[in-house]
Amino acid sequence: MKLDKSLVVMLGLLVAIFAASPWIPQWILFIITLAGANGLVVLGLMLFMRLGLVSFGQALFFCAGAYTTGMLSLLLKVSDIILLMVASGIIAGLLAYLLGFLLAKYRAIFFGLLSLAFSMILYGVLVKSETLGSTDGFTVNGLTILGLVPDPTQMKIVLFGITIIVVMASLLFVNMVLKSPRGLLLTAIRDNEIRAEYMGASAKSTIHLIYVIAGVLSGFGGAIAAMVSGHIDPNMTFWTTSGEFVFIAILGGIGSVSAPFIGALIFGVIQTIAYGYSPNTWQMTIGICLIAVILVLPDGLWSLMAKMRKNSRV
Amino acid sequence: MSKIILTAHNLNKSFGAVTAASEINVDVAEGSCIGLIGTNGAGKTTFVNMITGYLKPDTGVITFNGVDITSLPPRKITQLGICRSFQIPQLYNTMTALENLEVSFGIIALQESKGALTTSSKAIIPSYGKTIRELALESIEKYGLLQYKDQATKILPGGVRKVLDIAMAMSTRPKILFLDEPTSGVSAEEKFDMMDMIMQVIRDAGTTVLFVEHDMEVVMRYSQRVLAFYEGKIIADDHPDIALKDDRVLKYIVGHSQAQHVLAEKSDA
Amino acid sequence: MSNLLIVLIDGINYAAWLFISAVGLTLIYGVMRVLNVAHASFYAFGCYVAVTLAGFWFSHNYPPHLSFFALFGASFVAGFIVGWILERFLLRYQYAKDEVVILLITYAVFLILDDVLKLIWGVDPYYASDPYELLGNFSVGEMIYPNYYLLMVGAALILGLGLTYMLKMTRSGKLLVSVIHDREISSAMGINVGRFFSLTFSFGCALAAIAGGITTPTISVVPGLGVDVIVLSFAVVVTGGLGSLPGTALAAIIMGVVRSFCVHYVPQLELFVIFSVMALVLVFRPRGLFSLAEARKI
Repeated sequence: MKLDKSLVVMLGLLVAIFAASPWIPQWILFIITLAGANGLVVLGLMLFMRLGLVSFGQALFFCAGAYTTGMLSLLLKVSDIILLMVASGIIAGLLAYLLGFLLAKYRAIFFGLLSLAFSMILYGVLVKSETLGSTDGFTVNGLTILGLVPDPTQMKIVLFGITIIVVMASLLFVNMVLKSPRGLLLTAIRDNEIRAEYMGASAKSTIHLIYVIAGVLSGFGGAIAAMVSGHIDPNMTFWTTSGEFVFIAILGGIGSVSAPFIGALIFGVIQTIAYGYSPNTWQMTIGICLIAVILVLPDGLWSLMAKMRKNSRV
Repeated sequence: MSKIILTAHNLNKSFGAVTAASEINVDVAEGSCIGLIGTNGAGKTTFVNMITGYLKPDTGVITFNGVDITSLPPRKITQLGICRSFQIPQLYNTMTALENLEVSFGIIALQESKGALTTSSKAIIPSYGKTIRELALESIEKYGLLQYKDQATKILPGGVRKVLDIAMAMSTRPKILFLDEPTSGVSAEEKFDMMDMIMQVIRDAGTTVLFVEHDMEVVMRYSQRVLAFYEGKIIADDHPDIALKDDRVLKYIVGHSQAQHVLAEKSDA
Repeated sequence: MSNLLIVLIDGINYAAWLFISAVGLTLIYGVMRVLNVAHASFYAFGCYVAVTLAGFWFSHNYPPHLSFFALFGASFVAGFIVGWILERFLLRYQYAKDEVVILLITYAVFLILDDVLKLIWGVDPYYASDPYELLGNFSVGEMIYPNYYLLMVGAALILGLGLTYMLKMTRSGKLLVSVIHDREISSAMGINVGRFFSLTFSFGCALAAIAGGITTPTISVVPGLGVDVIVLSFAVVVTGGLGSLPGTALAAIIMGVVRSFCVHYVPQLELFVIFSVMALVLVFRPRGLFSLAEARKI
């Protein structure tokens, strides 16, 4: 499988950061880890966007992953990070498989709004659940890895490492899907679904498949977010969280599998700076950025990088 | 005597008060070339839509090679071997002509690998013996689209879009191909060159073809059999020489002067 | 069966509120195919304007019974003006874009306006319960209800019937229906589609604002109250069928009554019951209860 130059660069960068992790300040590690988690969710959104669909409820699976991690840790005393991650991915994937039967029948704005509805249904259920702390949520702690119990600082580095590995694996996997005949089929379904059906393809099955892939990725993202921040609450499935993921997707663009992660990193930085500067105006900052990207760079920041590279070659 | 591969038995279809198909009975022999004529709203496109799965007939049965395809969706019918082109070319507008064909062959590749995630674009499609790109380039050349291959289909001229539409349908190697008004919107000079080329490719592939047409010269030149539709019924089913002399066909569809002109042209040729 | 009556009265009141808050959204979508997420901000804006005016009104001892006109009127006008500005300087240039992209633009506007409201009015809660208490109560059996319930239901009826009359009976209304069905053909027929868009958007925002104004005396006005309202309005509008006025009304009634049942008998289900109704309806009627017709594609 041939890899794009940009993907090779991205993978190289990730390995480099991984190697340098013991020397990177904790707060930077935190931002990058969270960007990895968010990026995984947005990677799924990017696949939807290739299909011409926008999921306004992807936070459902992000939250499902987080709560799986939390509940396994809290109720069943599972503490191994890898186990928690895998379980979260499976549960989120299963949920996506079930909901996919319904969602794959919808298009355009209805797909987005129905997925929104389901994410809000989960919100309603979680908020009323006393065992799970309703609106306050609960904390995750006591994590281990392969039987070892590192101290908090070491654990952060371990989590960081796991995140990098998951991100790299996801990048390679999604790249494989996009480079396969299925990748072009996604765009074909977006452009002319009727034609694709008349050529023998099933739009419904394709969308269902992508829904499950996105669900699993989002589940991983939620698990990572839960473990790195230590806190889980119903807000993770609130529509504003889905909105943030959509914003990152627009910011990054759909031009490359790396774009979601670049977008997530930039979002993380903007959020930290803007929130730190003035907590009452950071929403406005996001709003202005969103409009700016839509009006000026409709293909996301990735298209800017592509343009710069093109210009530099002349 | 050729094998009958498609039968439509007693098809009826109404949309409210409008009867689009009434007691349609057709047998299609393998390798034949059939023209479907009729005024607008006579039921030609409804007939095509029912066979290709876009519409379900109210009553009646459609059989293809012994398989009942009456209620099947378009994609299953395509997989069984019946494909169609469209009156308004249905293309993937943001992609190039080459990519449009790559998608078409790509779908076949996915079918043959049973949808495996690991299917590679570079692998050879087992039953075609070539890679997706090779097949796509082959089609580009076969249909004379070389100069357009890297252009976005959005900007292609109408005639080229029509040819591409048909080329895509042919990528599935259908046993039966339905062409929906292949020459509509194509200029008079290009019409026959285009049809000559397409019909040659289709004939070489051994595909049975049925085409909906309003241009009687095209019907005359390329079909061996004509089905004339009127108000949902088939009023003539014969060799074009005979069908175009039929009273009712002349009265409702063709008109005396046009028929005479077309028949005269043919005997001159 | 007084229990049933209690549930019904609460349900109708909530349904009235749902309808009032959602109707602007469905109107704008129906005419312009724009799903206006900023609807939430206009609702909140209406609340803040109303609460500020209420404070001013009652502290200056103006006639209390005229306060309603002042409050609601002010919200309406304020919403109309800001909506008009938004359409004129931003939205107008985006109509060629995809529906979802326009939605994201209105989402961005919502984010911006939400913080603008915080900058203007701060983060402390505001109250304006005088108009609420002013009206007194009525009783049904043993239960006492605020007369404000009647005002809410009355407002919903006036709004619903008024808009229906306007669309069906007036000349502008009929032109608007033409634009709803096909803007290109309407334009070709000489209808000034641009002006209709501008007026509809401003009017829709004004409706959101007045909904906020009407609700204000019953709540405390805090930052972020638009956030919950917008999802509920979405649910009502999508369930009813985007762009359909009777659809929105029917969806509001169903959701109001169902929610009321849940609150009384199974309080745990309250929050998600509205979205469950939406999901359920969409399963059986993918485009909502009443939907605009779709043309044949091939």
